[in-house]
Amino acid sequence: MAQSWINLAYLIASALFILGLQGLTSPRTARNGNLIGALGMLVAIVATLVDRKIISFELIALGIGVGALLGVVAAIRVQMTAMPEMVAILNGFGGAASALVAATAVLAPEMIPDVPPLQLYGSSAASSLIGAVTLTGSLVAFLKLAGWLNWNPRGGAYQMLSGGSALVALALSVWYTADPSRLELFWALTAVSAIYGVLFTASVGGADMPVVIALLNSLSGLAASATGFVLNNNVLIIAGSLVGASGFILTAIMCKAMNRSLWDVLSGDLGEAGAAGPSADDVYAGRIKSAGPDEIAMLFDVATKVAIVPGYGMAVAQAQHAVRDLANLLESRGIEVVYGIHPVAGRMPGHMNVLLAEADVPYDKLLDMDTINPMFPEIDVAIVLGANDVVNPSARDQKGSPIYGMPILNVDKARTVVVVKRSLSPGFAGIPNPLFANDNTLMYFADGKEAVRALTHAVKEL
Amino acid sequence: MDAFIAALTVFTLAVFVGFAIIEKIPPTLHTPLMSGSNAISGISIVGALVAAGGEESGLAKILGAVALALATVNVVGGFLVTHRMLAMFKRKK
Repeated sequence: MAQSWINLAYLIASALFILGLQGLTSPRTARNGNLIGALGMLVAIVATLVDRKIISFELIALGIGVGALLGVVAAIRVQMTAMPEMVAILNGFGGAASALVAATAVLAPEMIPDVPPLQLYGSSAASSLIGAVTLTGSLVAFLKLAGWLNWNPRGGAYQMLSGGSALVALALSVWYTADPSRLELFWALTAVSAIYGVLFTASVGGADMPVVIALLNSLSGLAASATGFVLNNNVLIIAGSLVGASGFILTAIMCKAMNRSLWDVLSGDLGEAGAAGPSADDVYAGRIKSAGPDEIAMLFDVATKVAIVPGYGMAVAQAQHAVRDLANLLESRGIEVVYGIHPVAGRMPGHMNVLLAEADVPYDKLLDMDTINPMFPEIDVAIVLGANDVVNPSARDQKGSPIYGMPILNVDKARTVVVVKRSLSPGFAGIPNPLFANDNTLMYFADGKEAVRALTHAVKEL
Repeated sequence: MDAFIAALTVFTLAVFVGFAIIEKIPPTLHTPLMSGSNAISGISIVGALVAAGGEESGLAKILGAVALALATVNVVGGFLVTHRMLAMFKRKK
């Protein structure tokens, strides 16, 4: 097939990717969007397979067979709570695949005669650098998310090593581009980049993981784009830059939602946790009102509007289904129930929404922060379940607080707040939460799932 | 240089398109967006196919086959898991 026909097919594939992402702008069209994206990929693959440059199919069958098998098994078996791990692995594989394709171009440059040498070798170096960082960074992120690696290096020597390896990788990339006859420079820059990938993710704390996953997502796209420059292939450039842009936006959203700069996240800077501000005793002493299920059930007797504010603690307790049962019961009594979802409620962007959707909570009840915050004054009962820092009013009104400026869910503006929590222990930020001591707050000390079940039972008894 | 500028033009415009669309995607769908973009970043499968099935020999061909397997995991796993997730998103009955 003539190259121009193949390029035309690549153009169609690129347009389908854009239409597919467009579909994701609404839950109504999202499924079709995903299918349109998959169709785009199919078009690109078929167009490539009819290329006369392809002369043997043994390795192709093997590669696709192994990859498809692994992909299908992973996609079917993965638990929704483990989506961050799955995305971390896929980020890494994407980066690695792009870097490897760049390596094949460097090994057999005669296959792409129409790409100018400076572009070919410069982009190969970039692709290999970004791809290797993405691969090893994602593997470390995966191990940390899965709880198999607990390594948080800190201090000057570590930062020197990390920053130094980044500089060496960059220097080697420039050197190799200037002198591409020295292939060993290419392998060296790949190896040093891989080391930097490990070091830069190693220092990132558990709470900051959503940021890093989003960043690695962006890098996996940029690696694909760089490989597009190597091969002078527009579909790679376009698809890669779409993913790069997407990951970049998600990174910015996550940083803003956690009140952290990207630099703080990457350097493992935890901020002045607990250094300033009142102690837990100052905040809580004599002001905590504890309540049991029967007392709280009574609140629903006169309520017309209830908001449920889940944090990842709810998912850890596997309480999603119990929560949905309670919500269904309340709705059957004419009470309107909505969910308020903070951007960092789960372990990755949008995670909490997936976990609730899995428990059959309709998506039109899942309200984001900007939508639900103005509604709180009209909400009779707000139930906080496994969330802490994201509902801490100190972020709004306590200038010295380490979380000051972080956008929060204003649950304290609701008429009554019920906080389900095992104890008064602090969240990731390590600071007390004045919400717990407010006049309109009732503390329900219990395990999340047990508490919601007892509450459901008590409401039935009313 | 012309080819490079042309490629850079495509890249820059695609980044703008990406920003414009992604900003409109609601937070509810951010996880499917990430897994779906994982699948799209498997686009290097196109380069891997040529490397694994072309006239390259030796190391280039082997690296091409490995790249192909990894990119296929992304494409197949990414689209499938996204589909599985999106199937859970339902409206109020």
